[in-house]
Amino acid sequence: MAPQVFVYVAHRGGQAADPALELLSAARVLSPNGPVIAVAAGHGAGLDQVCRDMAGRCLEVWKLSNEALAYPNAEAIRKCVTGVLPSGAVLLLAHDTLGMDLGPGLSIKLDSPFVSDVVAMDPPQDGVLKLVREEYGGQVSTHLSCDISGGAVLSIRSGAFPASEETAVGEVRDKSPDIGDLSCGRRFIKIVGAEAGDVDITKEEILVSVGRGIEDEDNIEIAEDLAKALGGVVSCSRPIVDAKWLEKPRQVGTSGKTVKPKVYLALGISGSFQHLGGLKGNPFIVAVNKNPKAPIFQVADVGVVDDLLEFVPLLTEIIDNH
Amino acid sequence: MEILVCVKKVPDPAENEIAVRRDGSDIDRDDLVYSVNEWDNYAVEEAIQLVEEHGGSVTVVSVGDEESDEIIRRELAMGADAGKLLDDEAFHYSDGRGVAAILAHAARQAQYDLILTGAQAEDAAAQVGGMLAAMLDLPYASLVVRVEVKEGDKLEIAREIDGGNLEINEIDLPCALSIQTGINEPRYVGIRGIRKTASVEVPVLGAAELGLDPGTVGRAGAKVRKLDYFVPELGQGAEILQGSREEIADQLIARLRGRGVIQ
Repeated sequence: MAPQVFVYVAHRGGQAADPALELLSAARVLSPNGPVIAVAAGHGAGLDQVCRDMAGRCLEVWKLSNEALAYPNAEAIRKCVTGVLPSGAVLLLAHDTLGMDLGPGLSIKLDSPFVSDVVAMDPPQDGVLKLVREEYGGQVSTHLSCDISGGAVLSIRSGAFPASEETAVGEVRDKSPDIGDLSCGRRFIKIVGAEAGDVDITKEEILVSVGRGIEDEDNIEIAEDLAKALGGVVSCSRPIVDAKWLEKPRQVGTSGKTVKPKVYLALGISGSFQHLGGLKGNPFIVAVNKNPKAPIFQVADVGVVDDLLEFVPLLTEIIDNH
Repeated sequence: MEILVCVKKVPDPAENEIAVRRDGSDIDRDDLVYSVNEWDNYAVEEAIQLVEEHGGSVTVVSVGDEESDEIIRRELAMGADAGKLLDDEAFHYSDGRGVAAILAHAARQAQYDLILTGAQAEDAAAQVGGMLAAMLDLPYASLVVRVEVKEGDKLEIAREIDGGNLEINEIDLPCALSIQTGINEPRYVGIRGIRKTASVEVPVLGAAELGLDPGTVGRAGAKVRKLDYFVPELGQGAEILQGSREEIADQLIARLRGRGVIQ
């Protein structure tokens, strides 16, 4: 028997977040022909709009409306979702900053197993699901089995499943009366926007980007020299900002800036999913990394397997001498 | 403030190329260099800074094997006050929920105002902190990049959300937080500092000491099981330039010229 599958639809400004349609595709792996139910929590006109839109995609949409849900507070969402989901439900949500906040605790309260950041899965057999996750920043993958016969919570990686093109004439069911007490030990105050930097890497055509392989703050100069020779600017991956070697506005990735250069030189960057998530517009990617197995080589156009501290200064010198 | 920090021993991503054993049963662990999970190290530093400013103590706990003792001592050398190693054959092959259950039992042995975990680990699934909080019925926030103590047993915290934006929340103590990298600058500890902790007793607690039913954790309790490891099929993949360093540089310049990057 196919499990009862739910997808949690995050939304902002009256629009479902991008992963919603990908979650519907993932749900189809679990329930090829059965109903998939979308669940949306929030408050006001934006929520109503999202529910109407989702009803064009699946047969049933559960609306959870409450003032306490006006901002997506994971604790409040967890309480109301736990209150309305039937036992044995399999819930899919996006592996993003809300999903990471919500999923693990929700699985405990539903007494269901949890698998995060799923990149692929096979249809369940006898109540057991076989899934694929990545470890070590994408250097290796694992197959996992998950017993979903009593329900499950699965968070799905963005882009791992295609956006569903299914349409439906669905119905919005208002489950709000079933919501219990939503008082929380955590209260949202405000959003503080990202700081602006001295350069806007989102507008640059040539980015010379450095990662952990640069090894030392003093070596950033090597990248700056190459950037100067090419007429580009230096950007970086997360570890460089964590080490305070470059400012946050220089960071490319899902927790940094989304850039769309024409050419992207990745120096000593392993190429984690989070980093590549900030790279759009199909740039020409050059990767320099001494680890031939670095995931960056899977997405790069041209690869140089070498120590960037040796290779890059030579490259800069040759360009300067031309 | 009494703070518990959960840490884990992982292969150091900066020191290792991770490969898969031929039979796919595990990653190749010969010659791996282990260290404390990077996120956890930031969590320990944050705990130490909070205690330096507001008083209290920091306890570091790890679910691991006897080699995890070294990781705990490293954090003691940083300035943590006490360590506990949670090690039992019954804990092996625990899924995330099992690990969280073991930690929850350890957390219940004392009154902690704040429990910190790393937001994720190199070899895991960014799940234990949220699970632990839910098991203990504590308020929780993930991906925390700033913690400030406020009047009235509260914290103001900043979560890192998409695009470098920060989500500011108020959260009641006691609570649990998962810490994101970059929240602070973890202090350096050398071998000498770690050696100085040799005389500190780090108790090893198993299922019996924790009052934990061994059947609920480990392989027996795991609803999520790792079947095998593999290296994903390469897509098209990069054209890897071959030759001497100079030849490779020349080839690369030709490619960049072809793209109009170099005139």
